[in-house]
Amino acid sequence: MRHSRLWTWHILAGLVILVLLGLHMVIMHLDEVLPLAGLNPAGGEAIDWANVAARAKLGFFMASYIVLLGAALFHGLYGLNTIIGETNVGAGLKRFATACLMVMGVALFVVGTYAAIAARGLAMKG
Amino acid sequence: MSESKTIHFRIRKFNPETDPAPSWKTFAVPFAKGMTVLDGLHWIKRNQDTGLAFRYSCRMGVCGSCGMLINGRPTLACNTQVAALKAAMVVVAPLPNFHTVRDLVPDLTPMFEKHQAIRPFILREDKGEMDAPTAEFYQTPHELEEYLQFSFCIRCGACMAACPTMATDRDYPGPMPLAQAYRYSADSRDGGFAERAKAVDRKSGVFSCHFGSECSAACPKGVDPAKAIQLMKRRLVFDYLRLFKAKKPCGGVHGQRTTGRREGIPEAPEYTIK
Repeated sequence: MRHSRLWTWHILAGLVILVLLGLHMVIMHLDEVLPLAGLNPAGGEAIDWANVAARAKLGFFMASYIVLLGAALFHGLYGLNTIIGETNVGAGLKRFATACLMVMGVALFVVGTYAAIAARGLAMKG
Repeated sequence: MSESKTIHFRIRKFNPETDPAPSWKTFAVPFAKGMTVLDGLHWIKRNQDTGLAFRYSCRMGVCGSCGMLINGRPTLACNTQVAALKAAMVVVAPLPNFHTVRDLVPDLTPMFEKHQAIRPFILREDKGEMDAPTAEFYQTPHELEEYLQFSFCIRCGACMAACPTMATDRDYPGPMPLAQAYRYSADSRDGGFAERAKAVDRKSGVFSCHFGSECSAACPKGVDPAKAIQLMKRRLVFDYLRLFKAKKPCGGVHGQRTTGRREGIPEAPEYTIK
Protein backbone atom coordinates (compact mmCIF):
# COMPACT_ATOMS: atom_id res chain seq x y z
CA MET A 1 0.00 0.00 0.00
CA ARG A 2 1.24 3.47 -0.79
CA HIS A 3 2.22 5.01 2.51
CA SER A 4 1.59 8.53 1.23
CA ARG A 5 -2.17 7.89 1.51
CA LEU A 6 -1.95 7.09 5.22
CA TRP A 7 0.49 9.95 5.77
CA THR A 8 -1.79 12.43 3.97
CA TRP A 9 -4.78 11.36 6.06
CA HIS A 10 -2.62 11.55 9.18
CA ILE A 11 -1.84 15.20 8.37
CA LEU A 12 -5.46 16.00 7.42
CA ALA A 13 -6.69 14.36 10.65
CA GLY A 14 -4.24 16.55 12.55
CA LEU A 15 -5.74 19.65 10.92
CA VAL A 16 -9.27 18.49 11.78
CA ILE A 17 -8.19 17.98 15.40
CA LEU A 18 -6.64 21.45 15.45
CA VAL A 19 -9.88 23.07 14.30
CA LEU A 20 -12.37 21.02 16.35
CA LEU A 21 -10.24 20.96 19.49
CA GLY A 22 -9.79 24.70 19.08
CA LEU A 23 -13.57 25.06 18.88
CA HIS A 24 -13.92 22.92 22.01
CA MET A 25 -11.41 25.08 23.89
CA VAL A 26 -13.19 28.27 22.81
CA ILE A 27 -16.59 26.97 23.94
CA MET A 28 -15.26 25.62 27.23
CA HIS A 29 -12.97 28.46 28.26
CA LEU A 30 -13.86 31.63 26.37
CA ASP A 31 -17.60 31.65 27.07
CA GLU A 32 -17.24 34.74 29.29
CA VAL A 33 -15.38 36.86 26.74
CA LEU A 34 -17.03 35.76 23.50
CA PRO A 35 -20.72 36.00 22.57
CA LEU A 36 -21.47 32.28 22.94
CA ALA A 37 -24.77 32.59 24.79
CA GLY A 38 -26.51 30.40 22.23
CA LEU A 39 -24.14 27.56 23.05
CA ASN A 40 -24.49 27.95 26.83
CA PRO A 41 -28.15 28.97 27.14
CA ALA A 42 -28.49 28.03 30.83
CA GLY A 43 -25.70 30.39 31.86
CA GLY A 44 -23.11 29.50 34.47
CA GLU A 45 -20.27 27.13 33.57
CA ALA A 46 -20.03 25.76 30.02
CA ILE A 47 -19.71 22.25 31.45
CA ASP A 48 -22.95 22.43 33.46
CA TRP A 49 -25.34 19.63 32.49
CA ALA A 50 -28.03 21.99 31.16
CA ASN A 51 -25.52 23.60 28.78
CA VAL A 52 -24.07 20.24 27.71
CA ALA A 53 -27.57 18.93 27.00
CA ALA A 54 -28.45 22.06 25.03
CA ARG A 55 -25.41 21.65 22.81
CA ALA A 56 -26.03 17.90 22.42
CA LYS A 57 -29.40 18.69 20.82
CA LEU A 58 -27.62 20.39 17.94
CA GLY A 59 -26.83 18.12 15.01
CA PHE A 60 -23.63 20.07 14.33
CA PHE A 61 -22.19 19.12 17.71
CA MET A 62 -23.10 15.46 17.33
CA ALA A 63 -21.42 15.41 13.91
CA SER A 64 -18.37 17.30 15.20
CA TYR A 65 -17.98 14.85 18.12
CA ILE A 66 -18.01 11.93 15.70
CA VAL A 67 -15.59 13.59 13.26
CA LEU A 68 -13.26 14.61 16.11
CA LEU A 69 -13.37 11.07 17.52
CA GLY A 70 -12.53 9.55 14.13
CA ALA A 71 -9.73 12.03 13.47
CA ALA A 72 -8.23 11.65 16.94
CA LEU A 73 -8.37 7.84 16.79
CA PHE A 74 -6.79 7.68 13.33
CA HIS A 75 -4.14 10.31 14.08
CA GLY A 76 -3.20 8.83 17.45
CA LEU A 77 -3.28 5.15 16.54
CA TYR A 78 -1.44 5.67 13.24
CA GLY A 79 1.23 7.58 15.13
CA LEU A 80 1.46 4.84 17.75
CA ASN A 81 1.69 2.19 15.03
CA THR A 82 4.55 4.14 13.42
CA ILE A 83 6.42 4.26 16.72
CA ILE A 84 5.94 0.51 17.22
CA GLY A 85 7.13 -0.02 13.64
CA GLU A 86 10.44 1.65 14.47
CA THR A 87 11.22 -0.52 17.46
CA ASN A 88 13.38 -3.59 17.23
CA VAL A 89 10.62 -6.14 17.88
CA GLY A 90 9.97 -8.89 15.33
CA ALA A 91 7.92 -8.41 12.17
CA GLY A 92 5.21 -10.80 13.41
CA LEU A 93 4.77 -8.86 16.63
CA LYS A 94 4.54 -5.61 14.65
CA ARG A 95 1.80 -7.07 12.44
CA PHE A 96 -0.05 -8.28 15.55
CA ALA A 97 0.25 -4.82 17.12
CA THR A 98 -1.08 -3.20 13.93
CA ALA A 99 -4.06 -5.59 13.89
CA CYS A 100 -4.77 -4.92 17.60
CA LEU A 101 -4.64 -1.15 17.04
CA MET A 102 -7.01 -1.40 14.06
CA VAL A 103 -9.52 -3.50 16.03
CA MET A 104 -9.21 -1.15 19.00
CA GLY A 105 -9.69 1.91 16.79
CA VAL A 106 -12.81 0.54 15.09
CA ALA A 107 -14.29 -0.63 18.43
CA LEU A 108 -13.70 2.73 20.11
CA PHE A 109 -15.13 4.57 17.11
CA VAL A 110 -18.30 2.45 17.18
CA VAL A 111 -18.75 2.94 20.94
CA GLY A 112 -18.01 6.67 20.73
CA THR A 113 -20.34 7.20 17.77
CA TYR A 114 -23.11 5.34 19.60
CA ALA A 115 -22.50 7.52 22.66
CA ALA A 116 -22.70 10.75 20.61
CA ILE A 117 -25.94 9.67 18.91
CA ALA A 118 -27.47 8.36 22.15
CA ALA A 119 -26.56 11.56 23.99
CA ARG A 120 -28.43 13.58 21.38
CA GLY A 121 -31.42 11.26 21.72
CA LEU A 122 -31.43 11.71 25.51
CA ALA A 123 -31.08 15.46 25.23
CA MET A 124 -33.95 15.68 22.73
CA LYS A 125 -36.21 13.73 25.11
CA GLY A 126 -35.39 16.37 27.72
CA MET B 1 49.55 23.20 18.42
CA SER B 2 53.33 23.21 17.80
CA GLU B 3 54.96 20.90 15.26
CA SER B 4 57.04 19.06 17.88
CA LYS B 5 53.93 17.86 19.66
CA THR B 6 52.46 14.43 19.43
CA ILE B 7 48.80 13.70 19.07
CA HIS B 8 47.13 10.57 20.38
CA PHE B 9 44.94 8.45 18.15
CA ARG B 10 42.51 6.13 19.90
CA ILE B 11 41.36 3.60 17.34
CA ARG B 12 38.70 0.92 17.54
CA LYS B 13 40.17 -2.41 16.43
CA PHE B 14 37.99 -5.34 15.49
CA ASN B 15 38.41 -8.39 13.35
CA PRO B 16 35.06 -10.25 13.36
CA GLU B 17 36.80 -13.47 12.31
CA THR B 18 39.11 -13.63 15.35
CA ASP B 19 38.02 -11.10 17.98
CA PRO B 20 35.07 -11.77 20.28
CA ALA B 21 34.49 -8.04 20.74
CA PRO B 22 35.94 -4.73 19.57
CA SER B 23 38.86 -3.25 21.51
CA TRP B 24 40.50 0.16 21.64
CA LYS B 25 44.17 0.88 21.03
CA THR B 26 45.97 4.21 21.55
CA PHE B 27 48.86 5.43 19.37
CA ALA B 28 51.14 8.45 19.80
CA VAL B 29 51.59 10.15 16.41
CA PRO B 30 53.92 13.09 15.65
CA PHE B 31 51.83 16.11 14.76
CA ALA B 32 52.57 18.10 11.60
CA LYS B 33 50.88 21.24 10.35
CA GLY B 34 48.15 20.43 7.83
CA MET B 35 48.01 16.80 8.94
CA THR B 36 44.71 15.06 8.29
CA VAL B 37 43.25 12.14 10.21
CA LEU B 38 43.98 9.97 7.17
CA ASP B 39 47.65 11.07 7.30
CA GLY B 40 47.71 9.99 10.95
CA LEU B 41 46.25 6.60 10.11
CA HIS B 42 48.86 6.14 7.37
CA TRP B 43 51.62 7.00 9.85
CA ILE B 44 50.28 4.46 12.33
CA LYS B 45 50.05 1.80 9.63
CA ARG B 46 53.62 2.49 8.47
CA ASN B 47 55.24 2.73 11.90
CA GLN B 48 53.17 1.10 14.62
CA ASP B 49 50.41 -1.21 13.42
CA THR B 50 50.80 -2.63 9.93
CA GLY B 51 47.62 -4.66 10.39
CA LEU B 52 45.39 -1.60 10.81
CA ALA B 53 42.62 -1.73 8.19
CA PHE B 54 41.00 1.37 6.73
CA ARG B 55 39.62 2.30 3.33
CA TYR B 56 40.79 5.28 1.28
CA SER B 57 41.50 6.28 -2.29
CA CYS B 58 41.58 9.87 -3.56
CA ARG B 59 42.79 11.68 -0.37
CA MET B 60 40.93 14.81 -1.48
CA GLY B 61 37.31 14.40 -0.40
CA VAL B 62 36.02 13.23 -3.74
CA CYS B 63 35.79 9.43 -3.74
CA GLY B 64 33.97 8.98 -0.41
CA SER B 65 35.99 5.92 0.60
CA CYS B 66 37.41 7.09 3.95
CA GLY B 67 34.15 7.77 5.80
CA MET B 68 34.61 7.05 9.51
CA LEU B 69 33.51 8.21 12.95
CA ILE B 70 36.01 10.84 14.09
CA ASN B 71 35.55 12.23 17.60
CA GLY B 72 31.91 11.16 17.49
CA ARG B 73 31.15 12.70 14.11
CA PRO B 74 30.77 10.70 10.89
CA THR B 75 32.92 12.37 8.26
CA LEU B 76 35.81 11.86 5.82
CA ALA B 77 39.25 11.15 7.30
CA CYS B 78 41.01 12.84 4.37
CA ASN B 79 38.93 15.97 4.75
CA THR B 80 39.43 16.39 8.50
CA GLN B 81 42.52 18.19 9.72
CA VAL B 82 43.73 17.08 13.13
CA ALA B 83 44.30 20.70 14.22
CA ALA B 84 40.69 21.56 13.34
CA LEU B 85 39.45 18.98 15.83
CA LYS B 86 40.95 21.06 18.68
CA ALA B 87 41.31 17.95 20.84
CA ALA B 88 44.28 16.23 22.45
CA MET B 89 42.92 12.84 21.43
CA VAL B 90 41.57 11.77 18.03
CA VAL B 91 39.07 8.97 18.56
CA VAL B 92 38.45 6.99 15.38
CA ALA B 93 35.85 4.25 14.90
CA PRO B 94 34.08 2.73 11.89
CA LEU B 95 30.84 4.31 10.68
CA PRO B 96 27.88 3.32 12.89
CA ASN B 97 24.73 1.72 11.41
CA PHE B 98 26.92 -0.60 9.29
CA HIS B 99 28.49 -3.96 10.06
CA THR B 100 32.25 -3.81 10.40
CA VAL B 101 34.36 -5.73 7.92
CA ARG B 102 37.51 -5.02 9.91
CA ASP B 103 38.85 -2.18 12.11
CA LEU B 104 37.71 1.04 10.39
CA VAL B 105 36.21 -0.60 7.30
CA PRO B 106 32.38 -0.65 7.27
CA ASP B 107 30.37 -2.97 5.07
CA LEU B 108 28.61 -0.52 2.75
CA THR B 109 26.85 -3.25 0.73
CA PRO B 110 23.36 -2.58 2.20
CA MET B 111 23.69 1.11 1.35
CA PHE B 112 24.56 0.39 -2.27
CA GLU B 113 21.76 -2.17 -2.56
CA LYS B 114 19.24 0.39 -1.31
CA HIS B 115 20.75 2.96 -3.64
CA GLN B 116 20.33 0.58 -6.56
CA ALA B 117 16.69 -0.08 -5.58
CA ILE B 118 15.67 3.56 -6.15
CA ARG B 119 17.04 3.35 -9.72
CA PRO B 120 19.58 6.17 -9.54
CA PHE B 121 19.72 7.10 -13.18
CA ILE B 122 17.61 8.95 -15.75
CA LEU B 123 14.52 6.92 -16.66
CA ARG B 124 12.72 7.76 -19.87
CA GLU B 125 10.33 6.16 -22.28
CA ASP B 126 12.37 6.94 -25.38
CA LYS B 127 14.59 3.90 -25.01
CA GLY B 128 16.28 4.53 -28.34
CA GLU B 129 17.68 7.86 -27.19
CA MET B 130 18.58 6.35 -23.81
CA ASP B 131 20.51 3.43 -25.27
CA ALA B 132 22.14 5.29 -28.14
CA PRO B 133 22.09 9.02 -27.38
CA THR B 134 22.35 11.23 -30.41
CA ALA B 135 23.00 14.48 -28.51
CA GLU B 136 22.33 16.30 -25.21
CA PHE B 137 18.95 17.12 -23.67
CA TYR B 138 18.01 20.73 -23.12
CA GLN B 139 17.92 21.93 -19.52
CA THR B 140 17.56 25.49 -18.26
CA PRO B 141 19.74 26.79 -15.38
CA HIS B 142 16.59 26.89 -13.21
CA GLU B 143 15.86 23.23 -13.94
CA LEU B 144 19.46 22.40 -13.09
CA GLU B 145 19.15 24.21 -9.74
CA GLU B 146 16.21 21.97 -8.81
CA TYR B 147 18.51 19.02 -8.18
CA LEU B 148 22.10 20.29 -8.49
CA GLN B 149 23.09 20.30 -4.81
CA PHE B 150 21.83 16.74 -4.34
CA SER B 151 24.05 15.58 -7.20
CA PHE B 152 27.18 16.49 -5.17
CA CYS B 153 26.68 13.33 -3.05
CA ILE B 154 29.75 11.06 -3.10
CA ARG B 155 28.05 8.08 -1.33
CA CYS B 156 30.50 8.11 1.59
CA GLY B 157 27.85 6.87 4.03
CA ALA B 158 28.32 9.68 6.59
CA CYS B 159 24.62 10.59 6.43
CA MET B 160 23.62 6.94 6.85
CA ALA B 161 25.82 6.67 9.94
CA ALA B 162 24.34 9.84 11.46
CA CYS B 163 20.70 8.88 10.84
CA PRO B 164 18.76 7.94 14.03
CA THR B 165 16.08 6.12 12.03
CA MET B 166 18.73 3.92 10.41
CA ALA B 167 19.84 2.91 13.90
CA THR B 168 16.50 1.31 14.71
CA ASP B 169 14.99 0.36 11.36
CA ARG B 170 17.12 -1.78 9.05
CA ASP B 171 14.49 -1.63 6.29
CA TYR B 172 14.66 2.17 6.10
CA PRO B 173 16.45 3.15 2.87
CA GLY B 174 18.44 5.92 4.58
CA PRO B 175 19.22 9.52 3.68
CA MET B 176 21.53 8.89 0.74
CA PRO B 177 19.21 6.65 -1.35
CA LEU B 178 16.17 8.80 -0.52
CA ALA B 179 17.98 12.01 -1.44
CA GLN B 180 19.09 10.42 -4.69
CA ALA B 181 15.51 9.30 -5.38
CA TYR B 182 14.51 12.96 -5.20
CA ARG B 183 17.59 14.10 -7.12
CA TYR B 184 16.58 12.03 -10.16
CA SER B 185 12.85 12.65 -9.80
CA ALA B 186 13.50 16.42 -9.78
CA ASP B 187 15.58 16.21 -12.95
CA SER B 188 13.70 17.71 -15.90
CA ARG B 189 15.13 15.01 -18.17
CA ASP B 190 13.67 12.22 -16.04
CA GLY B 191 10.30 10.49 -16.21
CA GLY B 192 10.75 7.82 -13.54
CA PHE B 193 8.99 9.36 -10.53
CA ALA B 194 6.22 6.74 -10.46
CA GLU B 195 8.75 3.91 -10.54
CA ARG B 196 10.84 5.42 -7.74
CA ALA B 197 7.69 6.12 -5.70
CA LYS B 198 7.12 2.36 -5.56
CA ALA B 199 10.53 1.94 -3.92
CA VAL B 200 10.24 4.70 -1.32
CA ASP B 201 6.48 5.12 -0.70
CA ARG B 202 6.10 2.11 1.58
CA LYS B 203 6.32 1.07 5.20
CA SER B 204 9.81 1.94 6.52
CA GLY B 205 10.13 4.22 3.52
CA VAL B 206 10.48 7.94 3.05
CA PHE B 207 7.77 8.75 5.64
CA SER B 208 9.82 7.14 8.42
CA CYS B 209 12.18 10.14 8.33
CA HIS B 210 11.78 12.19 11.53
CA PHE B 211 13.49 15.22 10.01
CA GLY B 212 16.19 15.19 12.67
CA SER B 213 18.53 16.59 9.98
CA GLU B 214 21.59 14.83 11.41
CA CYS B 215 22.30 13.63 7.86
CA SER B 216 22.58 17.18 6.57
CA ALA B 217 24.78 18.20 9.49
CA ALA B 218 27.10 15.24 8.84
CA CYS B 219 27.47 15.54 5.05
CA PRO B 220 31.08 16.46 4.23
CA LYS B 221 30.05 17.77 0.81
CA GLY B 222 27.38 20.18 2.06
CA VAL B 223 24.48 18.24 0.55
CA ASP B 224 21.17 18.58 2.41
CA PRO B 225 19.60 15.08 2.27
CA ALA B 226 17.00 16.02 4.91
CA LYS B 227 15.65 18.70 2.57
CA ALA B 228 15.53 16.25 -0.34
CA ILE B 229 13.57 13.78 1.80
CA GLN B 230 11.02 16.42 2.83
CA LEU B 231 10.67 17.51 -0.81
CA MET B 232 10.12 13.87 -1.79
CA LYS B 233 7.42 13.53 0.91
CA ARG B 234 5.74 16.69 -0.35
CA ARG B 235 5.82 15.46 -3.92
CA LEU B 236 4.32 12.09 -2.95
CA VAL B 237 1.51 13.74 -0.93
CA PHE B 238 0.79 16.22 -3.72
CA ASP B 239 0.82 13.36 -6.19
CA TYR B 240 -1.75 11.45 -4.06
CA LEU B 241 -3.95 14.55 -3.78
CA ARG B 242 -3.52 15.09 -7.53
CA LEU B 243 -2.12 18.54 -6.88
CA PHE B 244 1.20 17.77 -8.52
CA LYS B 245 1.32 18.53 -12.20
CA ALA B 246 3.88 16.18 -13.67
CA LYS B 247 5.77 17.70 -16.56
CA LYS B 248 6.75 15.62 -19.51
CA PRO B 249 10.48 14.96 -19.50
CA CYS B 250 12.21 17.46 -21.74
CA GLY B 251 12.44 16.04 -25.21
CA GLY B 252 14.58 18.39 -27.21
CA VAL B 253 18.12 17.35 -27.91
CA HIS B 254 20.76 19.47 -29.56
CA GLY B 255 21.07 18.67 -33.22
CA GLN B 256 17.75 16.82 -33.61
CA ARG B 257 15.33 19.71 -32.96
CA THR B 258 12.54 17.26 -32.09
CA THR B 259 10.58 19.87 -30.14
CA GLY B 260 12.32 23.01 -31.28
CA ARG B 261 14.54 25.31 -29.25
CA ARG B 262 12.89 27.01 -26.29
CA GLU B 263 12.67 30.77 -26.16
CA GLY B 264 15.52 32.54 -24.44
CA ILE B 265 17.98 29.70 -24.87
CA PRO B 266 20.89 30.79 -27.03
CA GLU B 267 22.13 28.75 -29.94
CA ALA B 268 24.52 26.01 -28.89
CA PRO B 269 28.11 26.50 -29.96
CA GLU B 270 29.55 24.43 -32.75
CA TYR B 271 30.78 20.98 -31.72
CA THR B 272 34.51 21.07 -31.04
CA ILE B 273 34.87 17.50 -32.30
CA LYS B 274 33.31 16.75 -35.67
